[in-house]
Amino acid sequence: MQKGTQQKAHISFTLNGEPAEVAFAPHKTLLEVLREDLALTGTKHGCELGECGTCTVLVDGKSILSCLMLGLDAEGREVITVEGLAANGKLHPLQDTFADLGAAQCGYCSPGFLLAAKELIEKSPKPSRDEIKEALSGNLCRCTGYIKIYEAVELAAARMRGEPMELPRESLYGLE
Amino acid sequence: MSNGNGKPLNVVGKPFRKVDARAKCTGQTKFADDIILPRMLACKILRSHEPHALIKSIDISKALALPGVFAILTGKDFPIPYGILPVSQDEHALCVDKVRFVGDPVAAVAAIDEDVAFDAMNLIEVEYERLQTITSIEEGLLVDEPRIHEYGDGGNVHKKVSLEFGDVEEGFAEADLVREDTFFYEGNTHLPLEQHAAVAHFDPDEKLTVWSSTQTPHYVHRALTKVLGIPASHIRVIATPNGGGFGGKSDPFNHEVVVSKLAMITGRPVKCTLTREEVFYCHRGRHPVLMHVKTGVKKDGAITAMHFKSFLDGGAYGSYGVASTFYTGALQTVTYDVPRYKFQGARVFTNKPPCGPKRGHGTPQPRYGLEVHLDKIAEQLNLDPAEMRRQHLVPANSVTANYLRIGSMGLGACIDKIVEGSDWKNKFSWSTPNSALQTPDSRKGIGIACSSYICGAGLPIYWNNMPQSGVQLRLDRQGGVCVMCGSTDIGQGSDSILAYIVAEILGIDPFDIRVVTADTDLTPVDLGSYSSRVTLMTGNAAIQAAERARELLTIAVAEKLSVPIENISFADRRAFDVENPEIGVSFAEAVVLAESKFGTIGTVGSYSPPRSPGKYKGAGVGPSPAYSYSAAVAEVDVDPLTGIVTVERVWIAHDIGKSINPVLVMGQVEGSVYMGLGEILMEEMAYRANRNAVHKFPSMLEYKSPTTMEMCDVKTYLIEDPDPNGPFGAKEVGQGPLLPVPPAVANAVYNAVGVRIDEVPITPEKVLKALRDKERGRDPRFGPDSVPNVDWPEPLRVLTPAEGGDGKEMPSVAVHS
Repeated sequence: MQKGTQQKAHISFTLNGEPAEVAFAPHKTLLEVLREDLALTGTKHGCELGECGTCTVLVDGKSILSCLMLGLDAEGREVITVEGLAANGKLHPLQDTFADLGAAQCGYCSPGFLLAAKELIEKSPKPSRDEIKEALSGNLCRCTGYIKIYEAVELAAARMRGEPMELPRESLYGLE
Repeated sequence: MSNGNGKPLNVVGKPFRKVDARAKCTGQTKFADDIILPRMLACKILRSHEPHALIKSIDISKALALPGVFAILTGKDFPIPYGILPVSQDEHALCVDKVRFVGDPVAAVAAIDEDVAFDAMNLIEVEYERLQTITSIEEGLLVDEPRIHEYGDGGNVHKKVSLEFGDVEEGFAEADLVREDTFFYEGNTHLPLEQHAAVAHFDPDEKLTVWSSTQTPHYVHRALTKVLGIPASHIRVIATPNGGGFGGKSDPFNHEVVVSKLAMITGRPVKCTLTREEVFYCHRGRHPVLMHVKTGVKKDGAITAMHFKSFLDGGAYGSYGVASTFYTGALQTVTYDVPRYKFQGARVFTNKPPCGPKRGHGTPQPRYGLEVHLDKIAEQLNLDPAEMRRQHLVPANSVTANYLRIGSMGLGACIDKIVEGSDWKNKFSWSTPNSALQTPDSRKGIGIACSSYICGAGLPIYWNNMPQSGVQLRLDRQGGVCVMCGSTDIGQGSDSILAYIVAEILGIDPFDIRVVTADTDLTPVDLGSYSSRVTLMTGNAAIQAAERARELLTIAVAEKLSVPIENISFADRRAFDVENPEIGVSFAEAVVLAESKFGTIGTVGSYSPPRSPGKYKGAGVGPSPAYSYSAAVAEVDVDPLTGIVTVERVWIAHDIGKSINPVLVMGQVEGSVYMGLGEILMEEMAYRANRNAVHKFPSMLEYKSPTTMEMCDVKTYLIEDPDPNGPFGAKEVGQGPLLPVPPAVANAVYNAVGVRIDEVPITPEKVLKALRDKERGRDPRFGPDSVPNVDWPEPLRVLTPAEGGDGKEMPSVAVHS
């Protein structure tokens, strides 16, 4: 049978805090459902094999690779994508610090990093540099060398703890 | 420094956000695959599983019969070849009668969705007749038949170059030491996170629009015009923001041509997104290069002559390869003074994915060889390798033996910064293993290397007398400013650079400006995001356009305020009298005054690089309006039991001229260190040895690239020594800082454990083998022993500037063509 005419599956779940329903070809991954059937193209793909971390989203608060999860398995669950990070026109602190520090260069891996970092900060509000490296080790970035990403996570975590944190001059201008 | 407006800089030099930062952090940036159009069809391309074969027949009947299939194309639909360089028009969108590597495109399907397209693709039957495969540099030089292409410099040699500036033999005779070394740099690939994608739409007025993740929309426009046989004015190419490029999206690609044709045939939009495996096979990445370098030096390390030979494994097509070949020999002369220089280079065709430009295009390989070679020379002369380099720098404002004009030159300051920052003088010693750094359980070492890179090529890819970059500004009576430029943002921030520069000159906020880029219908041509040309060239064009606009506003405002023209200044969204700053008008009012006086306000700016002093055949590759410089020290830890090299920290100094935005410069430096680290430690395009020339691991899991766990600490210094040719003095940073990293790490490995790994990447296996050889009293080295004998053409001889040369080849010698 031609796949394009297959009977569609239907699920209900919570998407970025709102109830959502969607019908899709049952073999589709959550990544495909989000991008193709819900037009949420903020979730990107780099390999579609679970290797690069680019398609990371949060399901019930845990980071998962949406290319390895069937859309059907999202039934009844709570999914957060990059589109759900900012609220009421205000960026999430991680989005702010990623923007300020140039932690998003081409920006293609950024949605995945942002969600993996959100999970980390919620678990560990004051993560060490080593914890950050460990938590983000499943996400590849080819532009930044990860350094601005670490700095952005540290700065956002500090702000979320309510601590004023100045950026070291060397992060912005280099060493004297 | 001022903005030419008598005011200190308000925007340039400040760590502003990128103009598209919010879009990128909210997932709103539309990359090519994010474009979804009504009635859009999906395209899949059938690629050859044969490395070298004649196509005997293609049967598409079963595929065409599959419900949901709209069209199928094969090579006969694309008789016209194309290619990025005018001298290498050797690609067809779909192969016509022969395939040249595993991955060569053979047929293309447009179907209702990707699944149907995939199924249809698998129903296409192709009968091949295998030909002998050529898979190495040595084979490419030795095996003349079968030829992979029917052009080039004989057999399977694509290009041979032979140039001599001054008499190198005379230089070697003057030397106190002549040393020769051989190196191999394995190929590696860009691995952008975004897989290439293209969408084509042929509208009812028979105009074609193509959105593509390309770094070079102008060249895609040219290629489509040629291959599709419709007027350029009927084709619009829009480069979507690139999800990483690094050189890998600089060629016109077959999938871009294919979706265009399919959209024209079906009358529906067509999209093709490559799989990760296809991206590996598209490649156009770092050439594998075998190198031999012979250098004569005086006792103090002063170079008397250098002879550099390079052998490039080009893969199956020309791509940028002729330029790559020249680049492996061009920039050896711009760091340390090389009074006499000879370069011989040969690129061969092989039945592997085509190589092309990757970050540093053709120069990381020779730079690695040269800097490790100089390290060996320093040890032989018992000189400090940092000091030896520092003592023999090319002077600023000079012309090299191969006629490259050097302007600003900040390498000395770069070396000083990293020597001080890394505590080099206390840490470095020639005792290997380095006794200064050893502890009972670790083998630490430290190494240094330097480099330079172009800020844009002096000549365009196709010969013409037009500017390389154009900018158009439109000012509206509400005070809005729109800057339009053909440049393509590949993540480096080129859109933001345009906004910062225009904002600086017009005294407005960069976030007030609308930036429209990379659209062949709307924006003046910029040649593309390659060769580190964008900030310098679009920046200069933007300055010219903005100054022209400011001049019109100044005249109108001066008249209105009844003050002399020279008194008018622009800042804080105002135009005002510098003597009485409270007297002035808002920027929007200034535009109204100018529009009332002159009519609609639009200005243009353009940039053409200065002419190069080199006039010899081959002088087109290497000249640049300016050269950036970088120096790096790497500190490594080598585990003698496993051979694993851990790079703990890199100190890097980069001569940026002037940072337009320092935090973006920092990002480019750190990203370059990262990419250099991947190249020296792990990344390689490796193929199975069973002659099928199949990639060993075309996946992101097995093609090893650094994760957060491998990335080193980076200490960055930005050296600001403004270059007169740069916008506000700025030079490039996107590519140059990669270059010193691989050799600095290689030199540090030697310093740590006393073995020379003269082959990139430095994998644990190679380190262990060299350590075992060391224990057994053999040569403690891993690397190639020799280079092939090549029947080189008689070198084209050029007198150096110091010898009174005029930049032309000597007339007495027959010129090889």
